[in-house]
Amino acid sequence: MNNVMTIIKKELSRFFGDRRLVFTTVLMPGLMIYLMYSLLGQRMVQEMSTAEDYVTKAYVVNLPKEIREGTAESPVEWKDWDGNPDDVDRVFHELEEGEIDLVVCFPENFMTDAAAYEIGSGAAPQVEIYYNSAKSNSYTSYDSLRDYLDRFEESMVNKYDVNVGEETGSLGTYDQAPKNGAVGKMLAGLLPMLIMTFIFSGVQGVAPESIAGEKERGTMATLLVTPVKRGALAFGKVISLSIIALMSGISSFLGTILSMPKMMGDQVDFDMSAYGYSNYALLFFVIISTVLVLVSVISIISAMANSVKEATTMMAPFMIIVMITSLLPMIGVKFGGAFASLIPLFNSVKVMGGIFEFKTDVTAAFMTIGVNLAVTCLLVGVLTKMFSSEKVMFSK
Amino acid sequence: MEELLQVNGLRKTFQLTAKQQKLEKTKEKVKVAVDGLSFTAYKGEVFGLLGPNGAGKTTTLRMLATLIKPDAGDAILDGASIVSQPEQVRSKIGFLTSELKLEDFFTPNYQFDFFSRLYGVDPDTIEKRKKVLFERFGIDRFAEVKVGNLSTGMKQKVSLVISLVHDPDVVIFDEPTNGLDVLTAKVVTDFLLDLKSQGKTIIVSTHIFSLIEKICDRVGIVIAGKMVTCDTLENICAGKPLEDRFFEIYEEKVGKIDE
Ligand SMILES: Nc1ncnc2c1ncn2[C@@H]1O[C@H](COP(=O)(O)OP(=O)(O)O)[C@@H](O)[C@H]1O
Ligand SMILES: [Mg+2]
Repeated sequence: MNNVMTIIKKELSRFFGDRRLVFTTVLMPGLMIYLMYSLLGQRMVQEMSTAEDYVTKAYVVNLPKEIREGTAESPVEWKDWDGNPDDVDRVFHELEEGEIDLVVCFPENFMTDAAAYEIGSGAAPQVEIYYNSAKSNSYTSYDSLRDYLDRFEESMVNKYDVNVGEETGSLGTYDQAPKNGAVGKMLAGLLPMLIMTFIFSGVQGVAPESIAGEKERGTMATLLVTPVKRGALAFGKVISLSIIALMSGISSFLGTILSMPKMMGDQVDFDMSAYGYSNYALLFFVIISTVLVLVSVISIISAMANSVKEATTMMAPFMIIVMITSLLPMIGVKFGGAFASLIPLFNSVKVMGGIFEFKTDVTAAFMTIGVNLAVTCLLVGVLTKMFSSEKVMFSK
Repeated sequence: MEELLQVNGLRKTFQLTAKQQKLEKTKEKVKVAVDGLSFTAYKGEVFGLLGPNGAGKTTTLRMLATLIKPDAGDAILDGASIVSQPEQVRSKIGFLTSELKLEDFFTPNYQFDFFSRLYGVDPDTIEKRKKVLFERFGIDRFAEVKVGNLSTGMKQKVSLVISLVHDPDVVIFDEPTNGLDVLTAKVVTDFLLDLKSQGKTIIVSTHIFSLIEKICDRVGIVIAGKMVTCDTLENICAGKPLEDRFFEIYEEKVGKIDE
């Protein structure tokens, strides 16, 4: 036990003594994710809000009075145009350059012809809208004008309305989903996968160095001539690597959580504290047990490799398995309750998803933690065997 | 004389990979590195394994240090079997070979403490021993410099000192002066004689005749994995320089040397 502590201390001094390593594995992931998601979120929010306040500039032929009034709020700056064929090149040029957003042509007597038109009686009156999909202002203007004209058409033959106005009807809100339900469902699909990815990349950054690297550089041999028990060596490595991977994972997780409000904008009013302490505690222990499993597997892979490079290559198939596993619940794969808790990694993804969806399954969570710890013990046993095997440690 | 190490019919073969086969220019899949090697070393003596490159000296010492297991045979070191009690053997010996490297990132000072703790040395003793050994090898001048920034000679000194953190009774050094400049080599040979005077048992391997002549009480000549002769230095030399005797024995056992 003493030796385990000595090994852990050495591994952590190695890690924390190297500022670059600390920066790239712990600080950078969280920071990068925060910046990336925040910027992305800001872009999205910006795009939506500009589309709302933007004043569309449009040339228009034969604009009916009703439509001029109806679009006063949108708002559109209509420039009347006589449709003179000699001007077409100039007008289209302006459209191409983005100086104006739309060119709209109504037929003469549009309102009376449209009102008189009966379905099935020959060609209906045609409205033509010219736009430039390469310019986002033009395209969004086109979209909203089209929308407006469709609604205008409906209002001309209005027989009934569905869910008019705001979100509430006479009995209550139209959408009866629980308050946080929609966001919870979204997070349940997204976060377990992200968490698995974060942990994996954290482990990936340190385990090959610490095991395959020590083998490659001959420092492992120096450890192996000491009377240290191979089990202590394996255990010490797995624990210290887990601590580092956990920090890396937490950093990425914080980056995600903190950027979430910016990502979702003002539209979604969702508070991460909705989950409560007990859920977070459960989540934490599930994550720790998952880290242990991942670290053990990657340590074993690293012990098989003769160099850091080889370890990284050998890890690729396992990474694919982890990624697919964490995607399974998102694409709707359902696995029978208790049985699912017995499959490492899948059990974690499932339990984490449940927690984020406000459907915490405490029994499954404890089973998952138990199974993961048992699997870790087994894997540490395998790693110990590998450290004791000259075939594995001195295979060159 | 008290027997301290009895080596009994040690044998080690290596499976050769295709690449190694090419390198060794052989079609054989198996390389017999050590072939039924036996010898005895007595307490308090310096025993030298002498042989050309590739004779199997390093492989023998690696087996004695329990880094690798023999295919057959055993060795009893101070009552502990290298096959069935490797941990006991490890705590009794100090082992030095070029294969054992120190992490570049840590300072000699940190490494000394780290390995001492792994051997279960108590903190007071660690400090005392460190002071003596660091002074002896001039390591105190660079005790706080990361090993990665040290010269080869400095690194070798640190490795040597690290192999002795637990003050072992048996010291097994593989080619202890290889790659060292003459001054450092002298420090090391003098130190080995010092260890001998403290009553330690020392096993060294080398292909350097002068080192054997300078420090060894008894010599085993190893050729192609086999112990060809094993006797006191005087008996082997029989009044001639060791180098001459070695080639006589070599030609007697193997045949004419023609390059
Ligand atoms: N791990 C290994 N795999 C294959 N062959 C090896 C291995 N280690 C040593 N050998 C071979 O065994 C023989 C003895 O090597 P070694 O013990 O290093 O000799 P020495 O130390 O006397 O120079 C050499 O031919 C060497 O190539
Ligand atoms: Mg050698």
